[in-house]
Amino acid sequence: MRISYAWLRDYLKLDIPADELAEKIERTAVEVDGVIRPSEGLKKVVVGDVLECVPHPDSDHLHICQVDVGEDDPIQIVCGAPNVAAGEKVIVALPNSWIGNHTKIKRSKMRGVVSNGMLCALDELGFDEKLVPKEVADGIFILPADAKPGEPVFSYIGMDDEIIDMSVTPNRGDMLSMNGTAHELAAIYDQQPTMPTVDLHEDANELADDELSVTVQADEQAVPMYKMRLIKNITIKPSPLWLQIRIWNAGMRPINNVVDATNYILMQYGQPLHAFDFNSLTKGQVNVRFAKAGEQLTTLDGEERDLATTDLVICSDDVPICLAGTMGGLDSEVTDNTTAIALEGAIFDAVKIRKTAHNHNLHSEASMRYERGIDHSATETALDAAAALIAELSDGTVTTGVVVGRDEDVQPAVVKISLSRINHVLGTDLSLETVADIFKRLDFPTTIDGETYTVTIPARRWDIHIPADLIEEVARLYGYDNLPSTLPTGQPTIGKLNETQQVIRDSRKLMESAGLTQAISYSLTTEAKAKAFAMHASEVTKLDFPMSSERSALRLNLISGLLDDLAYNNARKEHDVALYEEGRVFFSQPEQVRPKEVEHIAGAITGSMVQTAWDTAATPVDFYQIKGIVAGYLKSLALAAPISYVASTEHPEMHPGRTADIYVGEDLVGFVGEIHPATAKAYKVRETYVFELDLDALIAQPKEHQQYQTISKFPSITRDVAMLIDDQVTNAAIVKLITDKGGAHLQKVQLFDVYNGKHVPAGKKSLAYTLTYQDQNGTLVDDEITKAFDKVLAALTETLGAEIR
Amino acid sequence: MSLQDRLTELRDQGLADIKSADVLKKVNDVKVDLLGKKGPITEVLRGMRDLTPEERPKVGAYANEVRDKLQAAIDHRREELELAAQNKRLAAEKIDVTLPGRQVPQGQPHVITQIITQLEDLFMGMGYQIVDGDEVEEDYYNFERLNLPKDHPARDMQDTFYITKEILLRTQTSADQPRSLENHDFSKGPLKVLSPGRVYRRDTDDATHSHQFHQIEGLVVDKHITMADLKGTLILVANELFGDQFDVRLRPSYFPFTEPSVEADVTCFNCNGKGCAVCKQTGWIEVLGAGMVHPRVLKMSGIDPEVYGGFAFGLGPDRFAMLKYGVDDIRNFYLNDVRFLSQFYKKG
Repeated sequence: MRISYAWLRDYLKLDIPADELAEKIERTAVEVDGVIRPSEGLKKVVVGDVLECVPHPDSDHLHICQVDVGEDDPIQIVCGAPNVAAGEKVIVALPNSWIGNHTKIKRSKMRGVVSNGMLCALDELGFDEKLVPKEVADGIFILPADAKPGEPVFSYIGMDDEIIDMSVTPNRGDMLSMNGTAHELAAIYDQQPTMPTVDLHEDANELADDELSVTVQADEQAVPMYKMRLIKNITIKPSPLWLQIRIWNAGMRPINNVVDATNYILMQYGQPLHAFDFNSLTKGQVNVRFAKAGEQLTTLDGEERDLATTDLVICSDDVPICLAGTMGGLDSEVTDNTTAIALEGAIFDAVKIRKTAHNHNLHSEASMRYERGIDHSATETALDAAAALIAELSDGTVTTGVVVGRDEDVQPAVVKISLSRINHVLGTDLSLETVADIFKRLDFPTTIDGETYTVTIPARRWDIHIPADLIEEVARLYGYDNLPSTLPTGQPTIGKLNETQQVIRDSRKLMESAGLTQAISYSLTTEAKAKAFAMHASEVTKLDFPMSSERSALRLNLISGLLDDLAYNNARKEHDVALYEEGRVFFSQPEQVRPKEVEHIAGAITGSMVQTAWDTAATPVDFYQIKGIVAGYLKSLALAAPISYVASTEHPEMHPGRTADIYVGEDLVGFVGEIHPATAKAYKVRETYVFELDLDALIAQPKEHQQYQTISKFPSITRDVAMLIDDQVTNAAIVKLITDKGGAHLQKVQLFDVYNGKHVPAGKKSLAYTLTYQDQNGTLVDDEITKAFDKVLAALTETLGAEIR
Repeated sequence: MSLQDRLTELRDQGLADIKSADVLKKVNDVKVDLLGKKGPITEVLRGMRDLTPEERPKVGAYANEVRDKLQAAIDHRREELELAAQNKRLAAEKIDVTLPGRQVPQGQPHVITQIITQLEDLFMGMGYQIVDGDEVEEDYYNFERLNLPKDHPARDMQDTFYITKEILLRTQTSADQPRSLENHDFSKGPLKVLSPGRVYRRDTDDATHSHQFHQIEGLVVDKHITMADLKGTLILVANELFGDQFDVRLRPSYFPFTEPSVEADVTCFNCNGKGCAVCKQTGWIEVLGAGMVHPRVLKMSGIDPEVYGGFAFGLGPDRFAMLKYGVDDIRNFYLNDVRFLSQFYKKG
């Protein structure tokens, strides 16, 4: 809502700078987007009197004008506007003046003739083209005859005004009008506003009822009020300049006297009004109802619209002629030939209008106000004010009486609140008088009984109906700056992370310590990417109405998002990337729309984690590096059950020979491996290693019971075994066998060499382990260890076919 | 020559030899030559047999004195030489300490996580619990229970991704607050929760809009919670994130779930309130929305608004990060360009 400071001064005595006023409004009422000064940046733009205007000898459209600009001699200006003529008062941009869009005007020559400046149209002064009246759009603007040559032009066309652009929140619909804003500012500055009065003259010879009839079929909730006035003998013409200025400074385009008058009253009272061409009505008959299925209406903008049964329509002889509260119909539009109008002042249900505006994508000044509410007590006044103004501007006559389709008994709300309640909520120590004074400034009639206020809320403040609303009024008018600043007191509470939150935080730190940087990717992705890498079968949760297929489904995995991140980096020549992500994935649940949200943690590494340096060669990441990261991370979780890695060919997106499922005990908790070359190609990434773990499953695992073990005072003994073994036998199988057969004193089995190069027969590999033995209670005897070691060697040979070397 | 004189001579000669020994080996040679079993001092001592019993102790004492003196000189010289040798070696071992150290890969937290963690810690210090609700919510909890019935105009402020008519991607982390309210046992003390998390809005991604972003919302409900408490809390948040050199102003706003509702602005840190492009010439930057919990919200959760009251606030870490670090495109947070991520390597 654009508020003209000049217009505001009709209501209030305000002499503070506009910026200060804006700041006050912002701190007390609603947000202000800015103060617009239409003349800002414009210089040396003055009134000119065209004394002489002759055609340019070398042009078919230019004119050479002698213009009085208040100096001793007239100046010569060449002008191309079709409407330039002697005797006109015009807008002159003098040499070295600044006009709109930061344009400087200089003395020049036009086809050989000197031009000392320029005659201007409104848009050349920076007017938005959408606000320029159509009748002056094609030429220069003609000023009133009494404009004084040489004076700055701004005051003649409202450009000296300052306009406060307010961003009104949905609850303060009352401020979408000059009257409402004036009431608000009156309260802020403790003034008595001068409100507009209506001076309506009805023609006693003509009764509106005789020619116009209105019935409302829609229910009272949908249409609480519907009234009309009939105005006859009107002449459609442009509005006087004062009205045009108010209209364009409010951000609307002046159209004609009738439309401008309804818009003016809309701005003034916040009451939308609609003028129908009376002669287009059938038998002067109007009815209001919900649209029927299949009905159509061509609106003012020329669109033929299919009406919905939730749309309220104004009909004539039961044929829709207007989309109620939203937009008029083309057939009943006021045209240059209109001689009589039926003027509607009505209230429609906010929800219904909202729906209609939304369904038809028709958001107008009217619908915006209906959606936010209307002052029910002002509808008829606004209707009368508009009728009076139209009659005045169009030389028309207002027939006697209001034709009432529906009326409503408007009762003000009464809200009770105690002083102690106000102070309790605000944390203040306001006195009875301070609060009473605030209600007085708001012009809310109030009675005080003890410390309880009984406040009558005028209909113009329909946003207030409960005590909390009154507390807000007190708080903002008292000033938020004046509130004390404290912290909550009361019973202390413990603030700490729960186990899941703590593990998530720890997990992030561990990943970062391992060299992975945290990524936050999009949860919404394509259906294919959402499904990829899923740890178990699940439906994908899809948006009902996605904006694009790229963001249409909720992910079942984190890896695909990380691969997208890697691809983004790859495309920017960042080939060494190590990322992890911690976040939710969304698995479907039987019989439920809402998926189960599971915390996962995943990593993706491509290139080298350590880059080439003066003393280090870059080492490309491989399976064992990422596995090491996963293993180190899992170790830190101190799970009770053993962790095992089982080769898996079950993940279609993963390398079938380089992927392991990760188990804790018998529970599958994730996987690690290299992505399939086909996956890499599809995602446009290079060789990449990934892991994904179900963090919730890990958190649910029993933790290792930690107990101090005495550190043995006795020395340990080691034995090394090297063996040639079938390639298919896994390290896990060998370690398990050694551990099983190792005897009571075997403490540790450490793989220290893997070799399958030269001198190793095909299909075989050479492995070497160190076995460490130690006794808690005594020094081990060599013989004892040899016996135990031999048992292991025998088992390796017999069970796994190892050839001990 | 008397034995004493001989000893004196040996001493002087020995001290001179020790002094001139310029390597450890020479010092050792001197030692072996002088003090060894076959050395001259031993020989002198052997000659003591021929002395009278009166002279013997005197010469013996003198001989010991000379031996100790020589030994001390040898030790001293040896230390000197060892130190010199060590210094020489150290000088030779000098390296260029400005060469880069060997890398240990080190990752870092996402900048949004850093802001969330910072505020979580601040609020946990004040006894708040951290609550993570579901990202897929019911319309009922995300809107209706927060006093946003269907067809409420304020719903326009939050375009929503729906999965079905009733199920949606949460548009605000306060979607979980009705659950916190209805599950809280007030006999155990006030409800104080902070809800950080991902939220979604049906927006086309561009420099200032993202269909996915983050929110941190706080809620406190107790018998004696005041708007002054809210103001104090908001100032604390602003100071934590921007420093305490800036002013905070509250101004009226509108949220359906609070009444009164306010927005908090902080003095523009870029221009110190003078007005610049960052603050759109206003001198202020909007950072928080807040208010006193609407009585209807409490009532819907089965809490008597006559007895209990509270405040709620919400802020966007993405927006914070953009303001604080001058990030000009919100998409940076979700594209995970390592050249972007690696710029935010420490908390705060």
